[in-house]
Amino acid sequence: MSNENMTIHLKVWKQKNTGSKGHLEDYTVNNVSPDMSFLEMFDVLNEELIHENKEPIAFDHDCREGICGMCSMYINGRPHGPLEGVTTCQLHMRSFKDGDTIVVEPWRAAAFPVIKDLVVDRTAFDRIIASGGYVSINTGNAQDANNLPIGKERADLAFAAAACIGCGACVAACKNASAMLFVSAKVSQLALLPQGEPERQSRALSMVAQMDAEGFGSCTNTGACSAECPKEISLDNIARLNREFLGASLSKPE
Amino acid sequence: MSWLTKTLTSSIGKKVLMALTGLFLCTFLVVHLSGNFQLFKNDGGYAFNTYAVFMTTFPVIKVISYGNYFFILFHAFWGLYITYKNKQARPVGYAVTKNQSSPYSRNMAILGTILLVYIVVHMSDFWYKFHYEHLPYVQYTEQLNTGQITHAAMDEGYTQDVKKLETFNEAAGTRIVVVKDLYKVVSYAFQNIGLVLFYVLAMFALAFHLVHGFQSAFQSLGLRHSKYTPLIKGISVWVFGILIPIGYAAMPLYFYFFK
Repeated sequence: MSNENMTIHLKVWKQKNTGSKGHLEDYTVNNVSPDMSFLEMFDVLNEELIHENKEPIAFDHDCREGICGMCSMYINGRPHGPLEGVTTCQLHMRSFKDGDTIVVEPWRAAAFPVIKDLVVDRTAFDRIIASGGYVSINTGNAQDANNLPIGKERADLAFAAAACIGCGACVAACKNASAMLFVSAKVSQLALLPQGEPERQSRALSMVAQMDAEGFGSCTNTGACSAECPKEISLDNIARLNREFLGASLSKPE
Repeated sequence: MSWLTKTLTSSIGKKVLMALTGLFLCTFLVVHLSGNFQLFKNDGGYAFNTYAVFMTTFPVIKVISYGNYFFILFHAFWGLYITYKNKQARPVGYAVTKNQSSPYSRNMAILGTILLVYIVVHMSDFWYKFHYEHLPYVQYTEQLNTGQITHAAMDEGYTQDVKKLETFNEAAGTRIVVVKDLYKVVSYAFQNIGLVLFYVLAMFALAFHLVHGFQSAFQSLGLRHSKYTPLIKGISVWVFGILIPIGYAAMPLYFYFFK
């Protein structure tokens, strides 16, 4: 690891709008501090482009602390770049070397059309959530603590599934652009808890139906999604989704 | 759409059909291999040839084998259809990819297509010939008191209406069995180095297809738990990825080098 500032060459996907054809464009960023985050390097580059009266690169970002799921860059062939368990905003330039060429592309999926440059439309995920990824119970006042006993193991599994930030890296990593890891995490976090029980079957059926309607692919169980997931969502959830869906298909009262 | 078609044509249902047919084909591979191990018996092909007659005449086996042909075709074409649909889910590809998954898990359709070609070649080599072509016949004579079996090829033009002609010669104390000599066809076919190499290479495709496929089938069915998934993965690698392909590959190699 060096403390010297670096020169980084970028090949970034530029695309005017959804309908147009994009291409990779070359940029060079000088004086990149190793302590910059990947997005801060893009900020510096965009400042320079604006000063030069050129069009800045459009990219998604929001919280910049790894919890919002907005940043979505496919960096050197991997969603969120070379590190395990982090989002693009948590990736720092110290993970690269002076003189490196970095290829940055948007998530690629029919269900995630490119809006501009590196920004893709992920409202397909919102529609999947709207189809059943919620609990429609009138919660009333806050309940007393420990009113609903939930075993520690179950609570832990639900929590691990709920860590999904819906960034779409699973779709980006999957050779089939499948959304199974995302949907399985969202189904699991509710299926594991008593609050999710009443709508458990209809939820699994509707969310899978919506996932298919959005044009995501099937699951080949390659495991690429989980390997690239910044929240390290387990493939156990996909098996659970398969069980939930098949169980609901076979037993849901009509 | 009925609930059943809706279930089976969903992305999960499609994979369930792949898993169920795939696991059926895995059990077929075990049965087929154990039966074909009789090729290694040094009995002039008696065990193998009479087994071939049993497998093509016993009604239960016949029903299962028609199911097997159907499942092979279904698994192959349903798999290609799913692959085609999956390709549509990413119309624009990446310029650079650094995959974190195994190459064989990403290329199941290519491995499967190699296997489909292999199955067509394999069935036209033996299954088609056994059913529809004139094969040489062989006569086995068993000494009933000692159990010793000798064999002699029948005349070239010899043919019979039944698949297995069994007679007893009480005076000589012998049992005489005349069957098609499929063993000889196998033995002859595997003198061709090209065919031997094709069979062995196809078994590599089989190994990689099954290392992923066997354990993946359980995942598609939702059967995953730290209690038994390590065992399933172990069977996937050691039984379906190594032992079974080696067992199959041993047959052409045995005939090429030792017969």
